[in-house]
Amino acid sequence: MIIPHPILGPRDAQEFVYLGDASLLDRPDWQAEDASSAFHDYQYQRNNPAGVHRELWFHEQGDRSWLVVTRDTTTHEILKAELARDVALAGETAK
Amino acid sequence: MSYSGFRLIKEALRGHSGWKPAWRNPEPQPGYDFVIVGGGGHGLATAHYLAKVYRKSRIAVLEKGWIGGGNVGRNTTIIRSNYLLPGNEPFYELSLQLWEGLEQDLNYNAMVSQRGVMNLFHSDAQRDAARRRGNGMILHGSDAELLDTDGVRSEAPFLNFNNARFPIKGALMHRRGGTVRHDAVAWGYARSADRHGVDIIQNCEVTGFRIENNRVLGVETSRGYIGAGKIGVAVAGSSGRVMSQAGMRLPIESHVLQAFVSEGLKPVLPGVITFGAGHFYVSQSDKGGLVFGGDIDGYNTYAQRGNLPVVEDVCEGGMALMPMIGRTRLLRMWGGVMDMSMDGSPIIDRTQIDGLYFNGGWCYGGFKATPASGRVFAHLLATDTPHETATAYRFDRFEKGLMIDEKGAGAQPNLH
Ligand SMILES: Cc1cc2nc3c(=O)[nH]c(=O)nc-3n(C[C@H](O)[C@H](O)[C@H](O)COP(=O)(O)OP(=O)(O)OC[C@H]3O[C@@H](n4cnc5c(N)ncnc54)[C@H](O)[C@@H]3O)c2cc1C
Repeated sequence: MIIPHPILGPRDAQEFVYLGDASLLDRPDWQAEDASSAFHDYQYQRNNPAGVHRELWFHEQGDRSWLVVTRDTTTHEILKAELARDVALAGETAK
Repeated sequence: MSYSGFRLIKEALRGHSGWKPAWRNPEPQPGYDFVIVGGGGHGLATAHYLAKVYRKSRIAVLEKGWIGGGNVGRNTTIIRSNYLLPGNEPFYELSLQLWEGLEQDLNYNAMVSQRGVMNLFHSDAQRDAARRRGNGMILHGSDAELLDTDGVRSEAPFLNFNNARFPIKGALMHRRGGTVRHDAVAWGYARSADRHGVDIIQNCEVTGFRIENNRVLGVETSRGYIGAGKIGVAVAGSSGRVMSQAGMRLPIESHVLQAFVSEGLKPVLPGVITFGAGHFYVSQSDKGGLVFGGDIDGYNTYAQRGNLPVVEDVCEGGMALMPMIGRTRLLRMWGGVMDMSMDGSPIIDRTQIDGLYFNGGWCYGGFKATPASGRVFAHLLATDTPHETATAYRFDRFEKGLMIDEKGAGAQPNLH
């Protein structure tokens, strides 16, 4: 797989480390009433869709940036790659 | 029809004209007491034990394709009872004991071959871990033997003992482990379940659950609605997809694992060998092909095919361990979708929906579990209580902090 890095251009997926669903950017509020069940869901439950999936990749052997990659899990086609920082700041993560 | 030496001779004398199909191909009934979703090893074994051990009737197995076309027909066929943790080892030991009696139980030749599984170690720390694991296995009634370098050399003289970076310091030998003909497991369970009255319905994809007042009533399928008293889902890599139809999220991600077979060679490998310093394990099939694999690719996928970096990594591991395979040609490779759980261990449990039961999270190691998984899932479906060897495989273990994490990798499915 080739990941279209927003700054560095097309890079081999082998340079990256995979973390998982991009919803991991949305850390629950630890002070909320339901924090314990929210953290359980955050840590362990996954949508695991067959189809379009937004996921976190770390460019470990590159510029060490975190990316949010949008990829089809049934074809491996990569639809989009954004800096995770931009996604988080825009507050548009999970879905 | 029972299979036996006598039957074989009789059929040989009359031109093999008397063999019958090994199972029927029935039309689905409007309803069943038990509907098992997924005609892989686990679903078929569940149906077999439900009918034979728990004496239940009105059972159907619904399979979206053909039985045995999923992971049960894609794995590298290794069976073993060499787990470390108390939540796991009694279950896998039950499984190995069931394998040992399987062919008599099913009246079917599954080619169970206890040719030994040898896990190599390459450092003092790995030796300590192997010794600890071996003691754990023995305490749970399994078998383990610690081999030193010479012990390994006498088992497998062809390994590279001169690897300066990863010297072979010894191995944990598990002699009762081995391999089984994977397709025959699906066929043997299917035939036996069918003979006990189970309807095996192929080309029947479950597309939804009918749920009222938090109770399942049946399943919507590509062949119409089928009512059910209880539904057991055992769809391995498709777990996320199927359970989302009941509105559930799971502590599971789907990943791909690849496997490889070489051209046929004369017998060279005595048993199963795993490299302790890289991602490579290998055995030799009865047809002569080297059957080998390594790690999962590491990203979510349902594609049933992997990418080339893992192929390279696995082959490098093989070359580091046994350079003699350098000129062997690869014949085939393929991938299967793994239901990777958050702690690397399975879930066999009721769900919050009455009448709906789940069996999944097998990661890359569910083939060896097939008999025990079927046995304990049948127990759960029949009695509504977990089998004594599967009490730890609960959904709520994650919120209670009771993970069964053999590798200590944490909630990171691609690291298990
Ligand atoms: C390459 C590879 C190597 C492996 N090596 C080993 C090994 O050496 N040792 C070991 O112990 N394990 C191994 N495994 C793991 C093992 O194969 C699996 O954990 C195990 O087979 C899963 O259980 P199963 O047999 O029931 O799954 P499957 O055979 O995948 O059965 C699930 C079935 O459910 C069906 N299904 C899915 N969705 C639906 C639906 N909506 N409606 C109806 N049916 C549906 C599928 O078509 C499939 O037939 C390996 C796996 C792979 C891919």
